[in-house]
Amino acid sequence: MAPKEPIVGAPALRYEGEAKVLGRAKYIDDLHFPQMIHGATVRSKFPRGRITAIRYGEGVPWDEFTIVTWRDIPGENTIVHLLKDHPCLVEEIVNHPEEPIVLLAHPDKALLRKAVDAVTIEYEPLPAVFTIEESEAPDAPVIWNSEAGDSPNVFKTYLMEKGNVDDVWASADYIIEGEYSTGAQEQLYIENNGVIAEYTEESVTVWGSMQCPYYLHHALQLAFALPEEKCRVIQVETGGAFGGKEDYPSVIGCHAALLAMKSGRPVKMVYDRLEDMAATTKRHPSRTRHRTAVSKDGRLLGGEIEFAIDGGAYVTLSPVVLSRGTIHAAGPYNWPNLRIRAKAVATNCPPHGAFRGFGAPQSIFGLERHMDLIAKTVGITPEELRRRNFLQPGGSTATGQLIKDPIDLNGMLTRALEESGYHAKRAEFTKTNPTSPIKRGIGFATFMHGAGFTGSGERRLNSLVAIEIDDEGSPEILVSSTEFGQGTNTILCQVAAQTLHIPYKNVRIAQPDTHRVPNSGPTVASRTAMIVGKLVEDASHNLLTCMRASGLLEETYTPEQFCHAALAYKQKHGELRATARYQAPGDIFWDDDKYRGDAYPAYAWAVYVAEVEVDTRTYMAEVKNFWALQEVGKVLNPVLAKGQVEGGVAQGIGYAIYEKCVWKDGVMANNQMTNYIMPTSADLPPIHVLFEEVPSIHGPFGAKGIGELPMDGPAPAILNAIEEATGVCFNHCPLLPEDIFDKLANPTSISADSSQLQPAVAGPVFSGTTS
Amino acid sequence: MRSDVRDYTLTAPGSLNAVLSALAANPRLTPVAGGTELMVALGVGRLGPHELISLHRLKELRFIEEHSGILTLGAGTTFTDIRRNATIAREFPLLVQTAAWTGSIANQNRGTLGGNIANASPAADSPPALLVYDATIELVSANGRRTLPYGEFHLGYKKTVLLPGELIYAVRLPCRFAKHRQYVRKVGTRNAQAISKIALAATALMDGATVREIRLAGASLVDRPARLHATEAVVLGKAITPELRTLAAAALASEIKPIDDIRSTAKYRMAVACNLLDEFLLSL
Ligand SMILES: Cc1cc2nc3c(=O)[nH]c(=O)nc-3n(C[C@H](O)[C@H](O)[C@H](O)COP(=O)(O)OP(=O)(O)OC[C@H]3O[C@@H](n4cnc5c(N)ncnc54)[C@H](O)[C@@H]3O)c2cc1C
Repeated sequence: MAPKEPIVGAPALRYEGEAKVLGRAKYIDDLHFPQMIHGATVRSKFPRGRITAIRYGEGVPWDEFTIVTWRDIPGENTIVHLLKDHPCLVEEIVNHPEEPIVLLAHPDKALLRKAVDAVTIEYEPLPAVFTIEESEAPDAPVIWNSEAGDSPNVFKTYLMEKGNVDDVWASADYIIEGEYSTGAQEQLYIENNGVIAEYTEESVTVWGSMQCPYYLHHALQLAFALPEEKCRVIQVETGGAFGGKEDYPSVIGCHAALLAMKSGRPVKMVYDRLEDMAATTKRHPSRTRHRTAVSKDGRLLGGEIEFAIDGGAYVTLSPVVLSRGTIHAAGPYNWPNLRIRAKAVATNCPPHGAFRGFGAPQSIFGLERHMDLIAKTVGITPEELRRRNFLQPGGSTATGQLIKDPIDLNGMLTRALEESGYHAKRAEFTKTNPTSPIKRGIGFATFMHGAGFTGSGERRLNSLVAIEIDDEGSPEILVSSTEFGQGTNTILCQVAAQTLHIPYKNVRIAQPDTHRVPNSGPTVASRTAMIVGKLVEDASHNLLTCMRASGLLEETYTPEQFCHAALAYKQKHGELRATARYQAPGDIFWDDDKYRGDAYPAYAWAVYVAEVEVDTRTYMAEVKNFWALQEVGKVLNPVLAKGQVEGGVAQGIGYAIYEKCVWKDGVMANNQMTNYIMPTSADLPPIHVLFEEVPSIHGPFGAKGIGELPMDGPAPAILNAIEEATGVCFNHCPLLPEDIFDKLANPTSISADSSQLQPAVAGPVFSGTTS
Repeated sequence: MRSDVRDYTLTAPGSLNAVLSALAANPRLTPVAGGTELMVALGVGRLGPHELISLHRLKELRFIEEHSGILTLGAGTTFTDIRRNATIAREFPLLVQTAAWTGSIANQNRGTLGGNIANASPAADSPPALLVYDATIELVSANGRRTLPYGEFHLGYKKTVLLPGELIYAVRLPCRFAKHRQYVRKVGTRNAQAISKIALAATALMDGATVREIRLAGASLVDRPARLHATEAVVLGKAITPELRTLAAAALASEIKPIDDIRSTAKYRMAVACNLLDEFLLSL
């Protein structure tokens, strides 16, 4: 009979863990093909301009090189994402530093490096913009314009409305304004972007480190003007991604394939760290402005939120990032009236792209900092303010989505504050801080993260998964969902094993290869566990139904009997394969035009508490302790789930107080791990991971997505704690010691910021827009 | 790897004398010890010198000895060697501390004291400790040896007294600091694997409330590793009072010239340096 212990919910060993630990796992740079040569990219060294000449310098045997320019592209010169504004290779106008112009290939990697340096690009400069403010200035040069965009320099806008916010201002006891901003962040996966491409007999194959094989598959079809079946993409072992390998592999993949086509040989392109950091995507910088009407007892009456992100030079995924940021800007609160205006603007920086959280960490940072400002202004605690405004079952979100699940945010807040000793610590710090050079503080953030694609996205994706019986009678899961360290392989096999009533180790999962696996959608958006996991569960049921209908499998069976039945079926019918396709739940509605309805099938909810110390001699803030409580539906694998949360919190701590991209005219100046400061284990506190489970009907065994959630909360929780510690409010992340110094050592720069004023002094209107 | 290793040569003669003769014969040779500076430059394509000669594993350079109250560390002493030595732990705890926060364990296993000094970065971690312990430095070449106070070794930004063909042989420290108050604090970009934004090292001998001896040195405060003589002069022979602390801070502020760079700002460095000095003075 079925295994007695449940498989789902148990710490099943990581599917590919043994190969990784023993060094057997093969990453892209471990692969060598006969005749393979190496590819490299000549990039722009200026932000914007018209190319007038490309010169190939002396001292390089150019006749030995394969040289590709845009003229060699057989199909459209585009890297297709949502629009086609992003060229595969520059034709005439350069729109950002590090933009690819010429591709070179040669068997000798070291010579290739010299050749790249020997190419000079001559150009006439064009005016450029580098920040949201510069891009939106009335006299800004128009650097991007398209009928598909909303206006010059604006890729996309959204307007989201609930109630009528214009009516609330007159009756508000307090009107509280604040401006919050966040910087770019580098994904810093351990393995840089890399691919190998081969072009034979009018068909192209790319192996690579990536999240979304079918995205690259689509990009290849356009760039090479080839039909689907002539393009093939295979994901190999991938050393981290965090969104950084969602859209970018389409660029490097097309490049390597062009070189392979022209040279007639397999071409490997693997970026080094300097190139990867300088040229590939990062998290969108953002600015959030809040204007909030509040009653004197601390109820949110209405709000206006302006959310802006810097998309870089091309549209890429910015509209989708903006969409998630917009929807999450309202947080887990009840807003009777709300208007959110959001826009993604163009700048002459390399395009910003997907990064864990995908817009949500940005807008949640603004909101959760603003909530503490509101509390301070109204004169209640941050805790009380949230309790008075939490969404409740039966309530509705900012998009008008009815909360059907029995969530209990008040209960979660109580638990998180108890586990962290929040009240006792606040009391203690208030007592000890005045006489200590080290100021301690504790703060928190409450938030949620929607799982799956936004709105009608999942319906459009139309994902398909299959399960096939292999020659040994073991089921093999066929999905395009990829493993890149987060646990996809393991949890999908757990779900299939439990559903099929066979041991976990009997289930296989196929290497994602577009010639073999169906499109189960991209591995993004916290969708794999919930959406793809559910489809794997469904396909497993379909497999059993098929086996039972054939009379080969009894109602109850042993793993051996399963195996025999499967093989017998195969022998009789040639193959045994079951599929499941996504079906939108009947009660989920979304209106893309009005931006209203059920934004996500399910949300994970969380309360994160950070304890910090700020040393007033060095102005350094450190996180000393961290509690992460989340409600995730069902924990499929406790070890992996805890790992996801710990890793996300660590990344969030980096986002909050360490990781700063230093920009010089659109160029990342600190594109080295010595100067881009990611926290090390010596900088990270104990991270206490706590789960609650309220099963969702949308995921397998009740599971919801948790991949991105832990990225959302740390930054605001930490900056809230730093304000508690220092009494000074900081509204930008990353917050570095130099920034803390600027405010602590210059009290005048603080007093101009009304968020520092006490309500009794300042009157009912607060404006914190200069930060 | 952004360099073509075929453009470089590396010889490893295997004895100090052979290295010195080779250096005398070919002044273009650049020594490489642990390689933890030079290999980074090679990796990013910025290693200027193309002819390298290895000091790695030269026994003549890797030793720690104590003789009549003088501790001598060969230039090839690694940070791990320093961290494991009982005499250093007892007599020169600041040196153990700075070795312990230099890079990672892997770095400490290969990186040498001589390389740290010769590289002459104003941000390097061990020079401030050596300066406040009144180190002398011994140089060697095919022509012989010379010894000078370590404080005279650095001439300017990445400029030293080393002549072509000359190597650092050893560093000598007098074992007479056990009764001194000792202080070092590194303010890096993070708690590990960090280059100093600033650091301050200090030793002081107290006579009751009066400062009888004081030595101060920092990282990234001026263009080279250097003692802070003007600030020392303000404090020397005085008792620590609030007025004196103010005067000392003013002296420090006029003597250091921190800069804005990719890691920090001049004004932040200035303020933190003053804060660290004050922290030390308050502890006396
Ligand atoms: C990841 C990383 C982290 C680091 N962190 C720190 C840190 O926290 N603090 C810090 O101070 N440094 C740090 N460093 C720098 C480096 O490790 C140290 O400077 C180390 O002491 C260099 O020693 P080495 O023997 O490896 O030098 P090498 O790279 O071999 O040589 C450095 C220079 O010294 C010269 N040289 C070496 N030995 C002699 C000699 N005997 N006589 C004359 N010239 C000589 C060489 O010609 C070269 O110019 C770090 C480096 C890395 C890669």
